[in-house]
Amino acid sequence: MNKTVNQKGWRFVLPVVVLVAFNAVIPLMTVVNYSVQESFGENTFFWAGVRWFEQVLHAERFHYALLRQISFTAIVLAIEVPLGLIIALAMPRKGPWVSVCLVLMALPLLIPWNVVGAMWNIMALPDIGLLGRTLNKIGWEYNYTRQPFAAWFTIVLMDVWHWTSLVVLLCYAGLVSIPDAYYQAAKIDGARRWAVFRFIQLPKLKYVLTIAILLRFMDSFMIYTEVVVVTGGGPGNATTFLSIDLVKTALGQFDLGPAAAMSLIYFLITLFLSWLFYTLMMRNEAR
Amino acid sequence: MASIILRDLRHSYEGADRADRNWALKQITLEWADGGAYALLGPSGCGKTTLLNLISGLLTPTEGRIVFDGRDVTNASPEERNIAQVFQFPVIYDTMTVYDNLAFPLRNRRVGEREVDERVREVATMLELDTMLKQRASGLTADGKQKISLGRGLVRSDVNVIMFDEPLTVIDPHLKWVLRSKLKELQQRIRRTMIYVTHDQTEALTFADQVVVMKDGEIVQIGTPVELFERPSHTFVGHFIGSPGMNLLPCQVRDGRAIFAGEMIETANGASYRGEGRGLELGVRPESVSFAPEGIPVDVVKVLDAGSYRIVEARRAGHTIKMLVSEDDRIPEGPAHVRFAPDRTRVYENGWLVR
Repeated sequence: MNKTVNQKGWRFVLPVVVLVAFNAVIPLMTVVNYSVQESFGENTFFWAGVRWFEQVLHAERFHYALLRQISFTAIVLAIEVPLGLIIALAMPRKGPWVSVCLVLMALPLLIPWNVVGAMWNIMALPDIGLLGRTLNKIGWEYNYTRQPFAAWFTIVLMDVWHWTSLVVLLCYAGLVSIPDAYYQAAKIDGARRWAVFRFIQLPKLKYVLTIAILLRFMDSFMIYTEVVVVTGGGPGNATTFLSIDLVKTALGQFDLGPAAAMSLIYFLITLFLSWLFYTLMMRNEAR
Repeated sequence: MASIILRDLRHSYEGADRADRNWALKQITLEWADGGAYALLGPSGCGKTTLLNLISGLLTPTEGRIVFDGRDVTNASPEERNIAQVFQFPVIYDTMTVYDNLAFPLRNRRVGEREVDERVREVATMLELDTMLKQRASGLTADGKQKISLGRGLVRSDVNVIMFDEPLTVIDPHLKWVLRSKLKELQQRIRRTMIYVTHDQTEALTFADQVVVMKDGEIVQIGTPVELFERPSHTFVGHFIGSPGMNLLPCQVRDGRAIFAGEMIETANGASYRGEGRGLELGVRPESVSFAPEGIPVDVVKVLDAGSYRIVEARRAGHTIKMLVSEDDRIPEGPAHVRFAPDRTRVYENGWLVR
């Protein structure tokens, strides 16, 4: 059989190719370009090979930033995913309260990152902030600008407040799409509440949960704005995550080479972990 | 196993505060014997699924009582009623194996593992699922999944009634027949009370000993498949059952004889009519109409070949008369005469059979 050869299709793909080139490929390649060169003023460059990569990978500063980043993401995921699931399960399925709940849940998602940061910055102030003052009143000497633990407590709480809604909304959408017949069959089969959750709801939520975890992982792994606004990476370096460290290197110290190398390593770690999550959660589907 | 009595059952999905609410079920009174095979037949929206959900306990009736084996279960939960139900779309527990799916209802009721194993294997053999017990249930085809749903009803030996809500909707046509005969065979072997809801007359008539035909939330006729076919008590039954359905022609009755388009027609029940002659119709199945040397003059307008027989459409005074003619019989072209078998031709008044 002869296949019809038609090259016209390329014309339709071209706009996308151009778009992707400008917003992803070219910027990424620029970063690659910086990462292998030593740069001086007036656009003079010297070949540096993999020196920046070695430097970044061996730097203690990078190790600690990465460790802090992973810890933050792990804590945030461990709180937001179960909490989001529980809230979604508790939300009503029918009636006037559905829209009320949905709007309330969507509110935090509509607030810009730096506004969220500013809100929490003020709220957590030990002397005048609602949260900070209350905590001090009940006997915890809380000051997020001085105590690393208090700083972590604040930004974790802020992230949970800001992003649990996303998990709730995704899970809720997954839950309402389960046909009634499943619940009816479970009732007839004599299943208890836990069995309904374990054998009907959880399996049916698998895909939305995967998406929720991936989105929350990537977002929290790249968190920057809110933390900078609240703690600026401090006290000391206690909340200096990878993104904050990267900005400090690139714009604070203007070390473009190491910063570029760090960006690429950061990028590859995010990519690898996302792939890992996805593969682990989907491994039963291949069969 | 249980006998089922439904007494003056009424149901509405609307709130109780409205006086003129719409009844999904208008008034149902029924008695079903223990171990029988029953079908609820009717078009979409006639209330048959509502009735089924009332019997299973997924809905509570607005009015009326439901009695299983002399015990009033009107307000009992599905679990307390001890029923099983197979839904339109196969419901399986995706993450479990076929074995675990079948064992699920028993394990929920804390039955010992040895008995679970025994029951699961027995039911799996019955349903020909025994070779795939270790497979994940989500990998099965639609008919396999539907067998699992059925199996979850069969594993419990004390089930009062097994209900089917259009269970063959998503099954491939060639497998429908297989599954249907399997179901019939099972019913005859284990003698459990089974209720089968469908809008497909073939499914209802082949499965059930007794069919309940419903329309607009009411029962129109209860009878064996033969009764429904040969002696429909309402024109709806005549029209709904049979392919094509019964011919319904406007008529008059004078001195016990029916008159259609100026022709005198002998009927089975015309003599018992005593009314004023309003809303009368003549009902005769296409199977009971034949060409004759003399009789009602008609024009043959269309012939459809249905394989082993032909469906002929003839016209008389603006009315269409359908008839079934075997492959061997000659069909006259143009003007012809047809005859209605007198013992199969009946008069209906406002839809109901004249008695």
